[in-house]
Amino acid sequence: MKAISFALRSFGRELRSGEVLVLLAAVALAVGALTAVGFLTDRIGKAVARQANEVLAADLRLRSQEPIPEIWNAKAAAYKLRTAETNTFPSVVFSGDLSALATIKAVSETYPLRGNVRVADTLFGEQRVVSGIPPRGEIWADGALLARVDADVGDRLTVGELNLLVTAVLTYRPDQSIGFASLAPSLLMNIGDIPDSGLINVGSRVGYALLVAGDDKDVDAFNEAIQDDLPESLRATNREESSDRANNAADRAQRFLSLTAVISLLLSAVAIAMSARRFAHRRMDTVALMKSLGATQRFVIAVAVLQLLLLGLGGVVVGSVIGYAAEEVLSWLLSDLIASDLPGVGPMPVVLACGSALVLLVGFALPSLIQLRNTPPLRVLRHDAMPPAPSRVLVAGLSLAAVAALLYRAVGDAKMLVILLGGIVIIAAALYVVGRGLVATMGRFRSGVGVAWRYGLANVARRGRDSAVQVVAFGLGLTVLLLLTIVRTDLLEGWRQTLDENAPNHFMINIQPHEIDSVAEIYRVAGIDVPEFVPLVRARMSTINGESVKEREYPTPDGQWMANREANLSFASTLSSSNEIVAGQWWPANYEGPPLVSVEEEAATDTGLVIGDRMTFVIAGQELEVTVASIRKVNWDSFQPNFFMVFSPGALDGMPTTYISSLRIEREQQPVLVQLVRAHPSISVIDLDSILQQVRGIIEKASLAVQAVFVFTLAAGIAVLFAAVQSTIDERRFESAMLRALGARKRTVFAGVMAEFAALGVAAGVLAAAGASILAAIVAVQLFELPYEFNPLLWAVGVAAGVTIVCASGFVAARGAINAPPVEVLRAA
Amino acid sequence: MGNRSTDNVAVLAAHDISKEVSSPEGTLTILADVSFNITTGESVAVVGPSGAGKSTLLALLAGLDLPTRGYVELNRTNLSELDEDGRARVRAASVGFVFQSFHLVPSLNALENIMLPLELAGSEGARRAALDIVDKVGLSDRWRHYPAQLSGGEKQRVAIARAFATEPAVLFADEPTGNLDSRTGNNIMNLMFELNRSSSTTLVLVTHDISLAERCDRVLSLDTGRLVSDSKVST
Repeated sequence: MKAISFALRSFGRELRSGEVLVLLAAVALAVGALTAVGFLTDRIGKAVARQANEVLAADLRLRSQEPIPEIWNAKAAAYKLRTAETNTFPSVVFSGDLSALATIKAVSETYPLRGNVRVADTLFGEQRVVSGIPPRGEIWADGALLARVDADVGDRLTVGELNLLVTAVLTYRPDQSIGFASLAPSLLMNIGDIPDSGLINVGSRVGYALLVAGDDKDVDAFNEAIQDDLPESLRATNREESSDRANNAADRAQRFLSLTAVISLLLSAVAIAMSARRFAHRRMDTVALMKSLGATQRFVIAVAVLQLLLLGLGGVVVGSVIGYAAEEVLSWLLSDLIASDLPGVGPMPVVLACGSALVLLVGFALPSLIQLRNTPPLRVLRHDAMPPAPSRVLVAGLSLAAVAALLYRAVGDAKMLVILLGGIVIIAAALYVVGRGLVATMGRFRSGVGVAWRYGLANVARRGRDSAVQVVAFGLGLTVLLLLTIVRTDLLEGWRQTLDENAPNHFMINIQPHEIDSVAEIYRVAGIDVPEFVPLVRARMSTINGESVKEREYPTPDGQWMANREANLSFASTLSSSNEIVAGQWWPANYEGPPLVSVEEEAATDTGLVIGDRMTFVIAGQELEVTVASIRKVNWDSFQPNFFMVFSPGALDGMPTTYISSLRIEREQQPVLVQLVRAHPSISVIDLDSILQQVRGIIEKASLAVQAVFVFTLAAGIAVLFAAVQSTIDERRFESAMLRALGARKRTVFAGVMAEFAALGVAAGVLAAAGASILAAIVAVQLFELPYEFNPLLWAVGVAAGVTIVCASGFVAARGAINAPPVEVLRAA
Repeated sequence: MGNRSTDNVAVLAAHDISKEVSSPEGTLTILADVSFNITTGESVAVVGPSGAGKSTLLALLAGLDLPTRGYVELNRTNLSELDEDGRARVRAASVGFVFQSFHLVPSLNALENIMLPLELAGSEGARRAALDIVDKVGLSDRWRHYPAQLSGGEKQRVAIARAFATEPAVLFADEPTGNLDSRTGNNIMNLMFELNRSSSTTLVLVTHDISLAERCDRVLSLDTGRLVSDSKVST
């Protein structure tokens, strides 16, 4: 009780003195970064959860690439389940001369079985929930689709051979995909219109689905009963399965964001440790006095802990506000990628951030407080009487435990945690060594410069350890920002340059064999080189070396996914120019032997396929066995039609085949596409340029969001700088007073201090530029397989930013020391 | 406050106390075999040149530090037998301090500084008692001020008020005028002796100042860690 009243009483004044503000700011930054990311991941999580519940618009979905036999509908009815049918496929819709690719969703009366469809009466109008589906002859179209074809509610769109009336703007359907929806905006139509539309032909890329819903136990019973007689072509997906991939993606995003927050957290921890040291040091005299006046150790530690908790609480409040504001900005930046009409964020991120702040304080501030507790009362008489330094094992143990606890929450996996912790320790040690090296190098220049610089550089060298920490902390924040600004632009530009100017920019899919001649003719008339038509056969892999693909173990999850999904097969007698054999042999052009297959390199690695392996595919109900004859490397950037599995000639004869093709069509030639799609409504034309542009837009926005998170890193770096300056402020006041007493002008002293910060800024900038260059080279070569080009701008911007920000922050932090009247300072000492 | 005995027994006794510290040059003896008794109500000056061991003796007598050999009895309690918290409790109950550099808590105002030892000793009505003593030291109109807003003399008045607030059995003063000009120092000492007399507290005063020492009942002279004289001052 006494301790509480004492702690409270003196706390207000401590706050006003400004000394503890750095500690408060460090806590606030850590909390801010964590809550911002927490709020954001919470939102992503909720988006995924909502999607998971509704993504099927049903409890169970039977899906096939072929029409689903009526028998399944009857089976579901036998289990008292409700059903609905959907057909989903891409097609181009027209309004006058304008056209756009749309995802057509044709649905039966009972759709959706779960979730609701929402529409608006006008573009960007208020949305409302509707029951039922568009009547025949009418459609509900996505606003983006209407915008692309310059149409509105009340206009008619040409869909296949029909002219359908737009009666509402489709704003939401439960089974729309989470992100990237805008790539092909959707259109909802009545399944009754499909036969007249001419949109679905043999071999068309249509997803047929039978939606099923009912009581949980009925659904489960049905699901169980059908498992055994489900044909290969039919897949049953329930809610949990459907959300797996989305969950994985969201999980990765959350982990990545959490890790970026952890970097800010670590830097904040350094700032907390530094300012807690000062917090404790400043209290030593008071603690010694209180002990001499009869205070027990428990009392002094209680007071210090209480004050630290109050500070922590202040930091949490400020940090939560910052975090919330940042989250608002982030979700605005990402509004295209995450559904915006989500329920508000819960208090959980704040609670977690509070917990993390507490862990940080315990891990990084507690050692100083424990030391404070042991302050000898003798210090009231002898100022050099110091408490014994806290044991290194305790300090290292506590801080490592705190970091481990926080990291574990971010990565949620013990093995990953150990790797990360090891990585952090090694990287921190390496950075520290580099920092020390830079600081030492700076010191070398001392002899050749004027008095102000000599004084500044001497200070950098004298406070070697702290200087190195500051250089590293600040350099780290700067590295990431450089990476995300300059390097990102460089890489995108570099990638664009590697693309062939004449690379195809349009894909045509779903070309029926009988349409090839007519399509070729359209191009010939328009004066465009007739492209190659590449065959495509849809199949499902059933066994590898006699083992079912469902039961087989794969080297990677991607391999499992690849083996179990619907496969696109092709066949060719000659190797495509964008392919290169890396193992085995390509078959002779006139090969007529047993079926062989050439597998793409990564696909082979992921699925564990090697030359000589035998695979069975099910194609339209027939089984086909092939042997792996070669492994190919594919240059996907060529934008040529390419396949993971290419069969030998003749192997796929008689199977349902469609053709795909890619070609380059310049802007002015685009009317030919309208002509093409009108003549062949079931052919889908995909405009790669606009997709690439959208992808680029998404990358820009996503990296902007990540950058926003990294602003916390930079701020935490500045907090470290402040904490470091503050821990030397008494020394600085004394030095500056003494220099001025010795006749130095205020300007000279100021220049000296600024020289010190400039030197630190240069070192941090050099570290950041070097770090960003190395990381950029790794990313370029390893990830994008691009040659990395040295960018001098990186170094110029890095050093300039380092000097500017460090000098500005340093000035704010140290100006009090420079301006203090020498008389007062010297008298007080 | 304080369980001061009124008979003429020793309130403070040093029994052959020595203090040694280890240094790079070997063991350093700061205080060697010092013994004496101080009775209730006595005022004792400890004098000697710099490095004689005055402050060390004060620290040992007040239980701020422990002797290497020998022991100190404060109010008949052997301080060496107590742990740090135990000694703190003894100080809270029986000891007051006035320091050369005042040692006020900068984040507390004058009154709160005076209340501090009362609160630490758990006394009721700390504020009332503190306000009473504020009047006695002549700070009636300054008690709301923080240390940074007070002059050196005023700070020392606060420190004296704080020291006497608990009516301690023994008051230790370490060069209380060392940071003050002679006139202010004089006023401060007058105040201290006056309070000492009126509350019959035992006073142990460490000083360089011979004239100040001679105002005490008794003078202990130290030189290089040894007690070289113990003389009554004739008044």
